[in-house]
Amino acid sequence: MIRTLPPGKMMPQSPEALSEARARRPEAPAILAPKVELRKMSFHYPGRQALQDVDLSVPERQVTAIIGPSGCGKSTLIKSINRIAEIGTNVQVGGEVLFDGRNVYAPGTDLVDLRRRIGMLFQKPNPFPKSIFDNVAFGPRIHGKQSRSELEAIVEKSLKQAALWEEVQDRLHTSAMALSGGQQQRVCLARVLAVDPEVILMDEPCSALDPISTARIEELIEELRSRYTVVIVTHNMQQAARVSDRTAFLLSGILVEVDETEKIFTNPSDRRTEDYITGRFG
Amino acid sequence: MMTTGRQVRRKIVSGAFVVFCALAVVSALIPLGFILFFVLSRGITSLDLAFFTQTPKPVGEAGGGMANAMVGTFILIGMAAAMAVPVGILSGIYVSEYRRSSLASAVRFSADVLNGVPSIVIGIFAYSLAVLPFKRFSAFAGSLALGIMMIPIIIRTTEELLSLVPPTLREGSMALGATRAGTVFRVILPAALPGILTGVLVALARIAGETAPLLFTSFNNRYWSTRLDQPMASLTVQVYTYALSPYDDWHRQAWAGATVLIAAVLVFSVLSRWATRRLERMHQP
Amino acid sequence: MIVKRASRSRSDEGRWFPVGTGLIASCCVLLVAGIALVMVHGSWLSIQKFGLNFWRTSTWDPVSGEFGALPFLWGTLYSSLIAMLLATPVALGIAIFLSELSPFALRRPLVFLTELLAAIPSIVYGMWGIFVLVPFVRKLQGLCPGWLRETPFFKGPPLGIGLLAAALVLAVMVVPFSASVAREILKSVPFSQREAAYALGATRWEAIRMALYYGRTGIIGAIMLGLGRALGETMAVTMVIGNNPQISLSLFAPQYTMAAVIANEFTEAADDLYLHALVEIGLVLFIVTVLINALSRLLIWRVGGGRREKIPLAPARAAQ
Repeated sequence: MIRTLPPGKMMPQSPEALSEARARRPEAPAILAPKVELRKMSFHYPGRQALQDVDLSVPERQVTAIIGPSGCGKSTLIKSINRIAEIGTNVQVGGEVLFDGRNVYAPGTDLVDLRRRIGMLFQKPNPFPKSIFDNVAFGPRIHGKQSRSELEAIVEKSLKQAALWEEVQDRLHTSAMALSGGQQQRVCLARVLAVDPEVILMDEPCSALDPISTARIEELIEELRSRYTVVIVTHNMQQAARVSDRTAFLLSGILVEVDETEKIFTNPSDRRTEDYITGRFG
Repeated sequence: MMTTGRQVRRKIVSGAFVVFCALAVVSALIPLGFILFFVLSRGITSLDLAFFTQTPKPVGEAGGGMANAMVGTFILIGMAAAMAVPVGILSGIYVSEYRRSSLASAVRFSADVLNGVPSIVIGIFAYSLAVLPFKRFSAFAGSLALGIMMIPIIIRTTEELLSLVPPTLREGSMALGATRAGTVFRVILPAALPGILTGVLVALARIAGETAPLLFTSFNNRYWSTRLDQPMASLTVQVYTYALSPYDDWHRQAWAGATVLIAAVLVFSVLSRWATRRLERMHQP
Repeated sequence: MIVKRASRSRSDEGRWFPVGTGLIASCCVLLVAGIALVMVHGSWLSIQKFGLNFWRTSTWDPVSGEFGALPFLWGTLYSSLIAMLLATPVALGIAIFLSELSPFALRRPLVFLTELLAAIPSIVYGMWGIFVLVPFVRKLQGLCPGWLRETPFFKGPPLGIGLLAAALVLAVMVVPFSASVAREILKSVPFSQREAAYALGATRWEAIRMALYYGRTGIIGAIMLGLGRALGETMAVTMVIGNNPQISLSLFAPQYTMAAVIANEFTEAADDLYLHALVEIGLVLFIVTVLINALSRLLIWRVGGGRREKIPLAPARAAQ
């Protein structure tokens, strides 16, 4: 579904369109504790601070979007949840990042298990230089599944969930690198789904894709909501408005405002949020 | 999704792998430490003023030095550079400016091949060209061999550094109406020159440590000689000869010579690293 | 509408510039061709007289004019093989450690140390070999249990000099070289590959394994470059191998390599046939190392996706 922007300076989505979109979505079940929660989290790379005192609750089985101008720390934020941000550099983390109530930065945390349960889709599709089958089967293989029939079943199920099965089912053993950008990103999604995660983090998953592939991924996000908790970083506000239940606005490492998507885009509480949404900066 | 047993096993395998890699690093450093320690400990005590100022004494007599050999090495690498640097830089300019031409690909390939040719083979080549026709060993032949070894290194360095020069420099010069040649020689080459010179230094350090190609080109010389058409002493060949001899005093001098060689390598490495890092910082805004 | 390609105006180039520099650049190509030609020409007598038998016979008797180069071929291959078996895992371990595992504070000094090792002249390695390694090997031989000494691999009197000493020195010399090249290959693997693996819950080994797979052609190229180096190494080998033209499986037996015999006997070659025989050995050495180098550069080039890969200069030097 490709929407054209209404002319003028106003919000990217009319209130009516938003309500209409929300009505189409099933109600999120009542939740007790958030799946992921950041408490006064601050994140330092060597020489600079990326995030400051972030308080964010991510409810289970909902889509939470994180928007903000370039360089505001959105990528760092989600990469700090599955502790990918610290690979290759020395970082310092203050505060807590709770996953199912437990701080992921507590000493002795099993990173391998954490990252299996929290999957990630990257900005630029990054399939391994192997066949489609081997890409999707990579996760299950390292986590213990060895039998051919089990793997085949998992690969089929994951590719179907990623809406790619029909297109590639007769060439599973050809290289994943030969696919188009949109297809590669769906392979990566299938790869993530194959390890049966609970949370899926998406770092601007459509920014390297064409509009049609983008629309397909957004449809998939709609389907994934019912089973997974999704956190999606996007610089595309219309996308955030389309797919998410809650939206957080990040500015220079500070979480300015987080609320239900409809409210953020029609009646934001903070002046800075309104300025960003109406395009006054960023 | 998986048993704890397998989880533990994966971690153990990963941990063992990390340990193996760390051990590999340590096991590479131990020989280095050993070699350096050994050479320096034997060599430093052997270094005396005579080593730097005297020529070898006749067989059986103690004392003497390798002054002529050190001077000889200087002359050899100096002449080699005089031949190789202009050829290498100009070739590098061609390869960098006309990089998509088939000649450029051929030159790049040949440079890589030449780089991998064993230095003793290059010695045979220089022998055939510069020793055989004149029926005698000469410093010139030795420099020829060393120069041939320098050429591919300089071509590669020049090409790389020229390509690192920001295109805005070239555009600015051409926009002022300069010819291509003028731009290269007046703007781009000077910008890349510090890096190229560092590369030349590195190449010099390397050929200064070569022995095989000199064995039958410049041969060796026990006396003072700076004549290019005569055999010439070199530090490496001298050390080799002394090391294989049965005399203890000559062994002592060989250690001293080896110490000088290592010291030179160390100084060159530090210098070129420092120069490279300064250049990197200059190019980073 | 047909768009015409803007043609290069003659005046901004000057004809002498491309022609002049091009001529000089072609010197490099001519050199390689020249070396091949000179080597063939200089070994002609030997090629004519012995043909392929040169490489099948093992009698090397300059006095009677019988030249069989098989022992040298054997020694070169055997010593290089063992050296590569020892050096390859260590070189890869170092490359992986330096590019993936080492703490950041250690990285620069370690890289510097590795490249320093690669720059040490081979006669220094040779001297270390004679005065440290050979006595060590001699002692090692003495420690060998009797039954082991019976096997063909460990026969022989405890001389110390011999194939094992040569292989060890070669291994020590090849390691920093191959490690440098392999490290550059690993650096060129996109970081997102490892990120993807870690994000799926991979351990360090599993993620690095994927990076190794990604760079596999380049790494094989790095190993082959190391092999080329080992095959052509002259000075350090000749100082510790014993220089005895015999074919033996024993690691402790003194043997001879192609490069070593040229170094030792070239200046003593009294007659033309002798000289041509030595040059023929050099010719084969040349051909083999050129082939291996060309193949490995091709492999490394492919890893870069067809882009020309930056192969480090420091180790990329001719063997001595």
